[in-house]
This record gives sequence, C-alpha cells and structure tokens, in this order.
Amino acid sequence: MEEILETYKSAELENVKVWFKAASVKDFPIDGGACVKYKDKQIAVFNFARLNKWYACQNVCPHKMEMVLSRGMIGDDKGIPKVACPLHKKTFSLENGENLNGDLEAIATYPVKIEGENVYIGFSE
Amino acid sequence: MKNIIVVGNGMVGYKFCEKFVAQDGSKDFKITVFGEEPRPAYDRVHLSEFFENQDAKALEMAPAEWYADNGVELITGERVSDINRTEKTITTAKDREFSYDYLVMATGSSPFVPPIKGVEKEGVFVYRTIEDLEGMLAYAAKLKAEKPDAKAAVLGGGLLGLEAGKAVLDMGLEPHIVEFAPKLMPRQLDSRSSQVLKLKLESIGLNIHLSKATNQILGDKFITGMEFGEDDVLDVDMLIISAGIRPRDELAKACGLEVGVRGGIIVDNTMKTSDENIYAIGEIALYNQMIYGLVAPGYDMAEVAVQQIIGNTDNTMVDDIDMSTKLKLIGVDVASFGEPFMPASKGHSIIFENKTEYLYKRINVSLDGKSLLGGILVGDASDYNMLHQMYLNGMAIPENAAQLILPASDGASAFGDVTDLPDEAQVCSCESVTKGQICSAIENGEATDVAGVVACTKAGTGCGGCKPMVADLTNATLKSLGIEVKDSVCEHFDYNRQDLYKIIQVKGYTKFNEVLDNHGNGGHGCELCKPLVASLMATINADTANEEYAIQDSNDRFLANIQRNGTYSVVPRVPGGEITPDKLIALGEIAKKHDLYTKITGGVRIDLFGATLNQLPLIWKELISHGFESGHAYGKSLRTVKTCVGSTWCRYGMDESVSFGIELENRYRGIRAPHKIKGGVSGCIRECAEARGKDFGLIAVEGGWNLYVGGNGGATPRHAELLAEQIDNETVIKYLDRYLMFYMRTAKPLQRTAAWQERLEGGMDYLKEVIIEDKLGIAEDLEKEMETLVNRFECEWTQAINNPEMMKRFSHFVNSEEEDDNLVFVPMRDQKMPEPWN
Ligand SMILES: Cc1cc2nc3c(=O)[nH]c(=O)nc-3n(C[C@H](O)[C@H](O)[C@H](O)COP(=O)(O)OP(=O)(O)OC[C@H]3O[C@@H](n4cnc5c(N)ncnc54)[C@H](O)[C@@H]3O)c2cc1C
Ligand code: SF4
Ligand code: FES
Repeated sequence: MEEILETYKSAELENVKVWFKAASVKDFPIDGGACVKYKDKQIAVFNFARLNKWYACQNVCPHKMEMVLSRGMIGDDKGIPKVACPLHKKTFSLENGENLNGDLEAIATYPVKIEGENVYIGFSE
Repeated sequence: MKNIIVVGNGMVGYKFCEKFVAQDGSKDFKITVFGEEPRPAYDRVHLSEFFENQDAKALEMAPAEWYADNGVELITGERVSDINRTEKTITTAKDREFSYDYLVMATGSSPFVPPIKGVEKEGVFVYRTIEDLEGMLAYAAKLKAEKPDAKAAVLGGGLLGLEAGKAVLDMGLEPHIVEFAPKLMPRQLDSRSSQVLKLKLESIGLNIHLSKATNQILGDKFITGMEFGEDDVLDVDMLIISAGIRPRDELAKACGLEVGVRGGIIVDNTMKTSDENIYAIGEIALYNQMIYGLVAPGYDMAEVAVQQIIGNTDNTMVDDIDMSTKLKLIGVDVASFGEPFMPASKGHSIIFENKTEYLYKRINVSLDGKSLLGGILVGDASDYNMLHQMYLNGMAIPENAAQLILPASDGASAFGDVTDLPDEAQVCSCESVTKGQICSAIENGEATDVAGVVACTKAGTGCGGCKPMVADLTNATLKSLGIEVKDSVCEHFDYNRQDLYKIIQVKGYTKFNEVLDNHGNGGHGCELCKPLVASLMATINADTANEEYAIQDSNDRFLANIQRNGTYSVVPRVPGGEITPDKLIALGEIAKKHDLYTKITGGVRIDLFGATLNQLPLIWKELISHGFESGHAYGKSLRTVKTCVGSTWCRYGMDESVSFGIELENRYRGIRAPHKIKGGVSGCIRECAEARGKDFGLIAVEGGWNLYVGGNGGATPRHAELLAEQIDNETVIKYLDRYLMFYMRTAKPLQRTAAWQERLEGGMDYLKEVIIEDKLGIAEDLEKEMETLVNRFECEWTQAINNPEMMKRFSHFVNSEEEDDNLVFVPMRDQKMPEPWN
C-alpha cells in the first residue's frame, strides 16, 4: 500500500512546471476543503478563509493510506495552519506537511494560486 | 577513551546508557551495547499493551536513532557468548571479539519453566518478549478459527500471571488461572484479600483453580489439557507459564563470577561484582541476597553503576528497597505496599472488608499508632499513592487511623492535601522524581502544565502509576502561584464547555467565527473547538448539523458514519426497533441495489455499510421515499431507545414498553448533546431491553415506571441509578426533559452521562434535588428549552436532498463525477468488506 505515497512529491513555488486549473473558488467550502482529481492523483485543497490563504496537499493520509484528508477539519496548532484526518485525528501542517501530533511521514504539499474565479494547483512534474 | 560494554539491551541496560550519556564526563567513554533480542530495548512493563495495538514501535524505550545520536553503538540480534576476564574481552555468538575497560551485565531474567512432563508441547508459551506475544496471538487466532470455545490456562497466579489471564480473556479464549499456593498473589496479599480478589476476578469471567500442582501436560503434539491428580484434569488448548523468573547468569557462571546459590550475580552496594571491572544491574543482580523483579530498583542500580564508573564513588545503593506494587489490570484495583503481612508483635492491623462490592482494605499501623507500616488494597486502590507516600515518608497519620480506609461519609478526605507531602517525597519511583523537583519545575517556569512537568522531570514515564499524583501536584502548585487552572476546551479558548454555552446563549451567536473572534485567543480553531461550538449552537439555536457544515465533525458534515476505508455507513431511524415487513423489505432492496454490507447494530437497527460519498444522497432519496428518516447514528445525539415487546405481547409485561419507547425516541431525536445518548424501556423487572445499561432507562413496575439515569455500556460499564420510582408517563417525560437538558448545559465536551453524573458534586442526592425538587429554580427553563428543541425537529437528510447547494458536498471530487479509485473491497461471508489494513 505504501507505494501510493511515492506518487506524491511536494512542489515548491519556484519549480512549478504545470499550473492545473482545478475548479472554481465557490466550489470549495469556506474554511474547509474538497478533493481535486489530477491525472492519477487525488489532491486535497483547502480554502483557509480566516487567513485568506489556500493550501493543497495529498488526499491520502499516511497513517492508514486512505483517501480522506480533504474531508478533514482545518484549524491551527499554536499558529501553524493544519488539517486533522477524519479517521484518527492525526494532524498535519498545511505549510510543510509535517505530522504535528506524531511521527508519521510528512505529507506532500503543493502551491495554490487564485486567478479570477479559478483555483490552480502547481505541480513540478 | 575507555570502552564500556553493556551486555543486555533491556529496560535497565537502556536506562544505564540514557543516564550515562547525560553525564558531563561521558565524552571520555565509548559505550557499546549488545542485545540478544532483534529490536532495541522496549518497555516490558507495558508489554500487555501489545495485545491491544500490536504496535512494537510504541513500546520502544528510544528509537534506534537515539543510540547513534548519542554516540552509543547498539548491536541488536547478537548474543554475547563468552567473557575473558584476564584479557578483558568478550566474544559474541557471531564470533566477533570486543575489548572492554568496564563491563556492565544487564542480562535480566528469563521466565522459569518448571520441569513438568510435556511442557515442550506446541501451545505452551512464556510471557516475556514481544516474540512471545506474537506467538500467542497467532496460536490463539488459529485456535479460535478451529474451535470457537477454546480455553487457555495460565500457570501461576502471581502479579504477572493475572496480567496474562486478562490477556487471555481479551484474546477471546476462556481463561483459567492455575495456582500452586492456596491463594492468589501469594507474595503480596493475605488470605482474606486474595479471597476477595478471587471473587472479583471470577465476576469478570476468569476461572481460578487454587492449590493445584500440575503433574503433566497432556496431548500428543499440541497441548490438550493439564493433569493435577489422577482424576483431576483441566482441558485446555493453550498454556501460558508464569511461574517466576530466573536470572540469566549462564555467562557469569562460565567466566567464574560469584553467583548466588539460586542464581544471580552477587553485587555490593556499588553494583560491583566479584571482578572490580564488572558491574551487574537490574534483574540479574543479586543484592542483599535478593533479585528484585521490578524496574524501579533496576533503574536505581543503573544510576549507581553510572556514578561509580564516572568516579563519584560515594553514590551507593540504599539498603531498603521498596517493593510496593500495584496491579495494572483495567477494572481490577489491587495494590500492596510496605509490609503487607505484619507480625502482631510489630503493630496492629485495621481491616475493612465488603465482599458484596469486592472491597478489601488493610493497613498496618505501628504499636504507638503513629505511623503506617504497610497495607493491602483490593477493589479500590485510588488512595494507594497517598498511603504509599505516607508510608515512605513516615508521615503522621490521623488519630483515628481507620479513617484512612473507611468509605468517606461526608466526602471529606482523611488525607489532607498533596501539598502536605515533604519535598523529598519520591512521587515517581521509576524515575526517582521527588515532590520538590516537580514543584520547582513549575515554580521556576520550566513547565506550565502536566505535559510540561512530565517532559522536563520524566515523572510518570515509567509504570505511569504516579500520574494522578503528578497532575494533582501540578495543579496545586499552579494554584499556589496564582495561576488559574482551567479545563478550557483547547488552545483557542480560555473557556470550558459550560462557559461557552452561556456565552453563545447570551450573545445569540450563530457563526463559529463570531464566537472565535469575540472570545477566542486569536487563533483559527481546530478539530476540538469547532465541533464543540457547532454542537452548542445546534442545541441553543435548535438547528441541525447542516447549518455551518465546515465546522462539523466529519460524520456530522456528511451525515453518515465514516468507516475504516473512508466509505460511510447509513442507519435510518427505526424508533423503538419496531418495523413493518414492507419497510424491512425496502431496506433489503436498497442495500442490494447499492451493494452494501448489511448488519443489525447493537442498538437493534439496520446498518448499511460501504456507501461512497457520491452514493449517499442516492441511497437517502430512496430511503426517504419509503418513509425513513435520518437515524443520527453519526451524531453526538440520541441514538436509539431500545425496547422489549412489553405488555403488547409478553405474558409478563406490566406496561407498553414499545409504545413508550417510540414516543421517547421521537421526542429526543436529532438533539445535539455533549456525547451520544441511548435509552431503553423494559416492560417488567426481567429487563430484557437492558435499560439500566443506557443513559436513561425505564422499567415498568406496579404503579408506573422506575426511571434510571446515567448508565453506560462501552469501556467502563456502569448501571444507571434510580432517579424516581413508580411515576406515570407524563412525569417520566418531565423529569427526562429536565435531566437531559441539565446534562447538555453542564457536561464537559465528549462526556457521557455516566461520567458526568459520577463527577457531579453532591452526587445522586443533588441530582434529585435539582431535577425533582427544582432546588435551583431552573426546571421551567429546562423544560421550555427542551420543548423548543422537540418542536423544531427536522430531518437533516430530507433538508439535504432538497437543497442543491447542500448536495454539492456529497461528491468525492470537485472537478469530476468519478468515485474514489483507491477503494478495494474483498468478499466475506457472502457480502463484502474493505481490504484489511496491513
Ligand atoms: C509482562 C510483564 C509485566 C511486568 N510488569 C511490571 C510492573 O508492573 N512493574 C515493574 O516494576 N516491573 C514489571 N515487570 C518486570 C520488569 O519488566 C523487569 O523488572 C525489567 O524488565 C528488568 O529489566 P532488565 O533490563 O534487568 O531485564 P530485561 O528487560 O529482561 O532485559 C535483559 C535483556 O538482555 C538480553 N540478554 C540476556 N543475555 C544476553 C546476552 N548474553 N547477550 C546479549 N543480550 C542478552 C535479553 O534478551 C533482554 O533483552 C514486568 C515484566 C513483564 C514480563
Ligand atoms: S422485560 Fe418483562 S415485559 Fe419485557 S420482554 Fe422481558 S419479560 Fe417481557
Ligand atoms: S488514517 Fe489518517 S489518522 Fe489514521
């Protein structure tokens, strides 16, 4: 199962090769997330309206390899924006993917940009 | 640079390394540790937890990287096979040679296996390592598949044997404990207390056989039974031997170190053996002619050896070693401390026994009545920490010492306060942390809460028994510094649930951000406070979970119960468990059409599993068209009111339990509470609906209903307590409205009625005053609030499927109609299940 994780490699803003147009801003809940399909990948995208920021990460939770993170609740841990997995409440930083309440592997994160009404996710491959 | 070789990477061998590298002078030494087991040292004391989670990593004392990061060379899976004392070298089983300046023997003990005929048969185990447990789990699984009523015995009724007995019970085998002595825990308990313990253990399903000497293990290849006498045979399919330990001194003997007659390497109070370059610590060391089978003395020995090698030669082992112990079985409190059995010449014993509640308490008091010499607690060991401290520190005891063990009648404690302990009092004996160290960690600002105290003092990281006391001390110290200790809900609010309830009610908030911006700490909320505020707003504003869905717990957000693989289960309401054949057929048809796994739940409803997010609204549309509505199985709200068939059909019935159950379920459906609520209604005292195991339960009696509240099944079962007797339907509803509303207003987050009621100051008497006599003058408000909730009920699923905006939520992808392609189902008993996790 762990090979799923190989599919997801973090992208940095500097090395984005593809900006994928995912959906419209209004398709995402305010201060919540939804899942975007890009080729064989599932990407969780969050509209962190309180910070006026958008975040994207892999949808698969590295704890039990289920496609659930987009359905998790977002918030912050001492100022670090995070998402909590709906299955066992493992939390991950939305900034760098780090597991904040355990020692699971970090999740992959992706840059997001908003142009007009549209949400784009950046991939480096 | 000097070389230290540690033989044995167990709890004590590890502790030696940990303590050594923390020393200033440690840079002049190089430590190499050999462990025969395949993995780095782990917490053997909590070995039984492996049965629950099979997570070996969680038990590690420190990860393998720790050793490397601290300059310790760890070599696992390699046994030391020879010591050459003249050359100062050791050889390993892989024939490698290493030289040492100091050698530390920490080889521990192995289980003692008595020479009984047939012990070598398959299915006979010992209980010491992770590999032992893996073997047992695999064997038990195989047994259960072949034989549903398989039995397993534990040989030995001591501390460890009982722990193994509980493990057998948890593995789902019929447990038997076989003890040679006429009593359980012969080293810690007197005859009366061990009799009480026996009754208690029997009540949870353990079969106890005392005064049994095993002659022979029966069976061909596999164990099939144990023979005690000619006609005295116990049929069992598995056996765990827990008959004591033997020090692993084979290496020491071979190289001529002095050992005791019954084994163990002889050490003096500097932990030195008969060879001045060789130390022995932990369960291998024979100190004062004793092997101490506990970690705390082993850790002390490690400290002494570290100091001796570093050069602080004044640091020696104490003479008196505290052997107090507490059994760590959930639900069975047993502890003994100091001198549990004391000769009458030394003092007097005070004994309190109540077999109906499996309680036994004994304390031994000096002849002058001034100090505590020891004692035994069975059934309730909640005062163990305090009594143990009084004994250790020779603290003064009350004039009437009986107060220390008699049930408190007025709620006042005879102990005074944790702050009365002397500063030197050792609170955590595993890590030798004193009260003074704990308090000063807080006073000088190193720690500001319990987690901080644990992190900087290590208190509570060993057996964990001292944790309640560490928490009490932390809170008391914070309070003495004028720092208020609040049970605030999370880092985003300085308020508890009850405060937030009042704030939202008074200010009339309807959005999470209003509450957070006006009363929060400047953060952005989290998975603790968001669902809590959502639940409070639903109660106060009589709303459904659809109001602000992004702050709802995942289940409430999708109005279904998320399952292991991210799919959902669907539970329509079936009030009171009454269902027409047509509706039953409809459920079957719908489940079949959508290929759902079907099961009857513990609350006698029908649960349909395996629905994807995209399928949920389709399924619900069909359910609703057949007259079903949401069952709120996903919410912290009323689940079911379980009923028996009552006087409608049953020849014993005293009243119509089904009709009343349906009425109650329909009354309280959908209401959001601190936690889930279950009800039950039985038609007579035979109690077929198990109503007393529910948050509220009714039993029909001559002249009306008896109303019970605060019951619970689950992990800590508790019978509901009687609130009112022989009342009519109308009064039941009045009291229940008040009770539930009072609970919803005042409980902590995720606190069931049972836990709430248990901690209610003033107990049941107070509750009766509030609910029945209206002592607080709030009864009318409570009833009104409940009435509003009842009248405003709406089915969340009907709301959702009629609103296109809400329906957008139920799609796995925002940019595609496709389903989650990661789902894999496998067949099972003519249905399907998610592929197992590995
Ligand atoms: C199920 C269980 C529950 C327990 N509960 C409690 C409790 O509640 N409270 C309490 O105080 N104590 C408890 N104990 C006892 C406690 O675990 C021991 O006192 C403690 O583990 C002793 O530590 P040690 O390092 O001396 O020995 P061990 O932990 O046994 O470590 C010795 C290690 O040395 C290795 N070794 C031996 N010979 C060699 C060799 N020649 N070369 C290389 N390696 C070698 C062994 O494989 C082993 O890994 C419990 C024990 C068990 C099994
Ligand atoms: S509780 Fe009483 S009335 Fe109800 S089914 Fe059982 S025996 Fe009959
Ligand atoms: S699967 Fe995400 S926390 Fe367990």
